[in-house]
Amino acid sequence: MLTTYLFILLATFAVASAVATILSRHAVTSALFLVLNMVSLAGVYLLLKAQYLAVIQILVYAGAIMVLFLFVIMLLNTDKEESVLKQISLKMVVSFLLGTAVLAQLLFAVAGWTDTLPMISAAMTEVGTVEAIGDQLFTRYVLPFELTGILLTAAVIGALLIAQHHNKKGTS
Amino acid sequence: MGLLELLTPALLTSLAVIGGGAFFLLNSAALAVYAERRVAAFIQNRVGPNRVGPMGLLQPIADVLKLILKEDVVPAQGNKVVHAIAPMIPVITALMTVAVIPFGDGLVGANLNVGVLYLLAITSLGVYGVTLAGWASNSKYALLGGLRAAAQMLSYELPMGMAVASVVLLAGSLSVVEVVNAQRDLWFVFVNPIGFLIFFIAALAEANRTPFDLVEAEQELVGGYHTEYSSMKFGMFFLAEYMHVTIGSMLITTFFFGGYHLPFSSHWLPDIGNWKILLDITVFLGKTCFFAFSYIWIRWTIPRFKYDQLMRLGWSRLLPLSIVNFMVIAIVLWMMR
Repeated sequence: MLTTYLFILLATFAVASAVATILSRHAVTSALFLVLNMVSLAGVYLLLKAQYLAVIQILVYAGAIMVLFLFVIMLLNTDKEESVLKQISLKMVVSFLLGTAVLAQLLFAVAGWTDTLPMISAAMTEVGTVEAIGDQLFTRYVLPFELTGILLTAAVIGALLIAQHHNKKGTS
Repeated sequence: MGLLELLTPALLTSLAVIGGGAFFLLNSAALAVYAERRVAAFIQNRVGPNRVGPMGLLQPIADVLKLILKEDVVPAQGNKVVHAIAPMIPVITALMTVAVIPFGDGLVGANLNVGVLYLLAITSLGVYGVTLAGWASNSKYALLGGLRAAAQMLSYELPMGMAVASVVLLAGSLSVVEVVNAQRDLWFVFVNPIGFLIFFIAALAEANRTPFDLVEAEQELVGGYHTEYSSMKFGMFFLAEYMHVTIGSMLITTFFFGGYHLPFSSHWLPDIGNWKILLDITVFLGKTCFFAFSYIWIRWTIPRFKYDQLMRLGWSRLLPLSIVNFMVIAIVLWMMR
């Protein structure tokens, strides 16, 4: 029962922060909501006993990729800072958090009343461990895995080439 | 399932360990500040703080009291909410790391089967505090300082991750408890000295300590990302910096110096029953204190790097070295199998 409630809370947070990511006018606020979205998704993975996926979700997406996003947004500084900065207040942040929590409670109550609560199956607890993922990745899915690896390496080399090319001209 | 049924003895133990660990970590920051000033004074042939309390031991309390009573200045054009949230992030992430560190036999908050990755993930979240603080202050010094700090932390996360990966290879498990238990006979520093060196340097850089403290180089950046911070918000950054010193020392102890194990302990240590727990905690804290001392020692001995030197060291020296180290250990382990 507790896990189901936590699932609905986290799911509501994930959806609400995703919507907020799209709706907020300021790029940095959007990025921060995206971080919240990723953390709630990691929480959902944890509920499904997929500790490995949850930690990787935070390590790769929230810890590395979003930091780079924030970096670029801050360096480019595309928005008219002063007008937008004043629109974000503590009231809005608190109302977002409280509103989402209450919405989750309502959804939980309605789902419980109509008997449509989702249940986590016992088979899920075996899927998300490091051993299970590694086993599948390096036996059954080894070809797609290696192809993705080559694709990523090619992308990194391409990015390096573009950056180096720019430097040689002496324009940067 | 009621809430009372959840309160099993195992849960209560782990809650007590986490609480004790967090309490120790918070106080260690104050102690580390005091130690830093006394050791600095000793190295520079001065006396250091010696007026407040016996030997100046109450100096950290006086400092914190001063910080709390100061006026909290928030930049008028900055983003107030993010400005307030940013200093909490490094403190929270620092406190979260205690959950998986084993302080003694069975004394661990949560024995996650991906504990090592959890530590790396939590460390990587600390970057947000620095970046957001720099951005929300709406000041060019703070923004540049924040970006510089974030770039530094991201660059040194990679060699640190590779060094930890070599430890994981040796231990054969991602659980921190298993990593410590694998060192019962032989500490990993003897098997994997290059990994230790890389981890130590990267930990210095992650904690923004000298010789990598150009985040707050006064000459070019004023105070870096916390230029616009005052009162207890600045105090939180200060607290977090010293908490990261303690955590770095704890991680070095856990990954390379056998955690709570004495060297080759299974060969000579007699069975001492319940006293073992006290011995474990003492050994762990002793090693942690030694590494915290060496952090301070390095700070007052080595001058600061230039920014390009720092980046070159990270990307073109430490990272290839850590990858080669990882490969060599993997190959040797495979041949020995």
